[in-house]
Amino acid sequence: MNNIVARLIIGRLGIGVLTLLIVSLVVFILTGLLPGDAAQEQLGQEATPEAVAALRAQLGLDQPVYLRYLSWLGGLVTGNPGVSLVNGMAVDDLIASRLPNSLKLAAATALIAVPLALTIGIVSAMYRGSIFDRYTNMLAVFLVSVPEFLIATIAVLIFAVKLGWLSALSRSVEVDSFLELLSVYAMPVLTLCCVLVAQMARMTRAAVIDQLSAPYVEMAVLKGARPVRVVLRHALPNAIGPIANAVALSLSYLLGGVVIVESIFNYPGIATLMVNAVVTRDMPLVQACVMLFSLGFLVLVLVADIIAIVSNPRLRT
Amino acid sequence: MNEIVKVSGLRVAARNEAGVDVPIVHGADFSLNKGEVLALIGESGSGKTTIALALMGYARAGCRIVGGSVRIGDVEVLEQPDSELAKLRGRTVAYIAQSAAAAFNPAKTIMQQVIESALIHGVMSRRAAQAKAVELFRALALPDPEHIGARYPHQVSGGQLQRLMAAMALITEPALVILDEPTTALDVTTQIEVLRAFKKVVRDLDTTAVYVSHDLAVVAQMADRIVVLRNGEIQENSRTEQILEEPAHPYTRSLLAAMKPAARQDATGQKGGRVEEDLLLDVRGLEICYGSKRVVQDIDLQVRRGATVGIIGESGSGKTTVARAIAGLVAPSAGQVLLDGQRLSGTLAGRTREQFRRVQYVFQNADTALNPQHSIEEILARPLRFYHGMRSAQRRRRVAELLELVQLPASLAKRRPSELSGGQKQRINLARALAAEPDLILCDEVTSALDTVVGAAILELMADLRRELNVSYLFISHDISTVRAICDEVVVMYSGAKVEQGNRSTFQAPPYHPYTHLLIDSVPEMYQGWLEETRAGRGALPQIVASTTSAQLCPFLARCPVRIDGKCNKVSPPRVRLDKGNEILCHHSDSELRHFDELVPAMAVSG
Repeated sequence: MNNIVARLIIGRLGIGVLTLLIVSLVVFILTGLLPGDAAQEQLGQEATPEAVAALRAQLGLDQPVYLRYLSWLGGLVTGNPGVSLVNGMAVDDLIASRLPNSLKLAAATALIAVPLALTIGIVSAMYRGSIFDRYTNMLAVFLVSVPEFLIATIAVLIFAVKLGWLSALSRSVEVDSFLELLSVYAMPVLTLCCVLVAQMARMTRAAVIDQLSAPYVEMAVLKGARPVRVVLRHALPNAIGPIANAVALSLSYLLGGVVIVESIFNYPGIATLMVNAVVTRDMPLVQACVMLFSLGFLVLVLVADIIAIVSNPRLRT
Repeated sequence: MNEIVKVSGLRVAARNEAGVDVPIVHGADFSLNKGEVLALIGESGSGKTTIALALMGYARAGCRIVGGSVRIGDVEVLEQPDSELAKLRGRTVAYIAQSAAAAFNPAKTIMQQVIESALIHGVMSRRAAQAKAVELFRALALPDPEHIGARYPHQVSGGQLQRLMAAMALITEPALVILDEPTTALDVTTQIEVLRAFKKVVRDLDTTAVYVSHDLAVVAQMADRIVVLRNGEIQENSRTEQILEEPAHPYTRSLLAAMKPAARQDATGQKGGRVEEDLLLDVRGLEICYGSKRVVQDIDLQVRRGATVGIIGESGSGKTTVARAIAGLVAPSAGQVLLDGQRLSGTLAGRTREQFRRVQYVFQNADTALNPQHSIEEILARPLRFYHGMRSAQRRRRVAELLELVQLPASLAKRRPSELSGGQKQRINLARALAAEPDLILCDEVTSALDTVVGAAILELMADLRRELNVSYLFISHDISTVRAICDEVVVMYSGAKVEQGNRSTFQAPPYHPYTHLLIDSVPEMYQGWLEETRAGRGALPQIVASTTSAQLCPFLARCPVRIDGKCNKVSPPRVRLDKGNEILCHHSDSELRHFDELVPAMAVSG
């Protein structure tokens, strides 16, 4: 019944919205708990209490907490997340100027990492125990355990300092030629891919191997199916659910990974914006960025869930 | 020469945990002529499946074919490289697996899987293969042969899947078909339909087949020759009639004996005259719902002290659910459970420790019921401390006594469950229940996972324990011969309802409830030609119009061969007492059911 699928998906969406609501509450409370006061911060230590109080009133900081929360939430929903406390610019404009850059970086990484990881995972599952499998496995463990700031630093050391092929900083994001594109994206993407591919490939391998021990796989072998057919036609369709979840989990890691990578390469994305906002205690901006990250995470998980539901004939039919 | 298969000196080894190869098949020799059906029979671990798979040059993970020869036609299978083996599998030799539910890929439609081997081997076009599959579906008496292929495996029943798997094997017209316990996972009433369908296609297509089974009675219906295996060695290889009538090897004789469980007269008889004061368990009007679905309804059940009551029914009949409700594992939605006249709470939280102690549960699968990390001593000592507060020295003494009670050596106490055989584990499982010194033991399919000989010994032990300790059993099984052998009283369940209840001696001859009749007639008997003779599950059911009433109709209506249009599909059936004392849930009278076979409408011979 397709309405079962519809009901499942609507249920997931409902839970997603509820989760976002809870996250918003937590974010609001936590940012409120941070020491320091935006008005005080802006005016400096020398400011008179009257001046601070006047600015507080102007910023709406003197209102009760729940009112501030509601007006903030209302603003978020209507696309008006407030005004930066630091430079007075609208938060949505600030985000709009940076978000495309981050999305480009994430998209480039995903475009390279996902197909690569799936291929490696599936091939090493097919030839389990082979030399290829063992070496990729070792490499994967190595890459997962090295923190990305180290990978980034080493990459800079080799490609920018020693070889001088690439610029250490991704200052310009306006690209005109393929070479420029490479020089801007190569190192951040490489760094993000390292951890991502390793993680996804391992999880894909596990999901496929799990299916390969199922009795229907033995049956396919006894029908005369060759290994490639057994894996692609029989095991893979049943592994789509777990693989989709593994990919979503890895990609959601991108959201955290960009914070470090963007900072190291000084890439003008949303993560550097958020880091700077934390430094300057620009709470409306921090809150909006955190909410954006949560939204991205939830969307990824939701998409994986929906793929898993749709790929399962027990739920679909 | 029409010899199709020749196996000589076949040896297979399995690698154990220490990395040492242990032989599991020691030089098997047999051959098979065209159109012949050969059975490989033996208990678990006898190597029958291993040999069958070796016919396709296949060994399961951890196993390896180490020597010998398997010739199929002119091909030496064991010398073929993988690519040639793939050409042989599904084309020259086809395989029908034990559990079709697991062997079908859940993500693909049935048709895709049935015609797959024809497409892999390029035998015919997709269109021709689909047409042929529909033809096979029809020959195998599958419902709606035109459209069943478009469904997914979870949308058809287990018996249908098993027949669909036969179609999958036969699509390429292989020279040899291997059937690996194809009906073991099915209920008897389904098994008979599947066996009939198999027998018909095997005969019509003149198929050469190897039939692997542990059940001699089933094999007697299918095979021309029988190879008896034990511990990877062939004990006897003879024509079926000779194995059944004059078995040469002592092992074959013991196998035959174990498969005819003799009713133990000593178990009952003297207990028959017990009076009502001895009533131990009284279940009244039990009803259990899972969500809005009612899975058990209106169950009345009494167990006297020292008596054994059997509940029999097929999978999904609700028999285990009833036992779980008595144990407090599921809360009933209506009705009550009384122990010695005292009402037991529906949930575990509402019961006292003393009430726990008095009702113990023995689960079907000792492998999963015993904690693999605990030693036997720890497993048995736990209930001693919990229920009786025994100190350690006292516990150790009691553990030794318990082991003696279930006829195991005291030296087992230090071992872990994984070091024990299946039968030993089930004895420990029983001892664990006995440690509580219960009044009632709920035995859920306790012999189903065991080989016939081992299972028979467990039943023997249970009968002894009952005499010694005066415990009562509620014995749940799908196997009517086991229930008839051990129980004083039998309750037959179908689709969550009690359809018949009576003394075990009344289950020898009609009249029965129509479902009981089908159940008893479906148990294969140990002679050739039984499948052709038995009338169970044959012919068309009487036509009835779809019911429109909201009344609680007979649960067996959809499958009943003697249903009456205008009655069974209109009004709920009464509980009727037969002359011999049995209570049944049916519209038919005693005299009608006595002549059940005449009641069944002219049976179109379908087999």
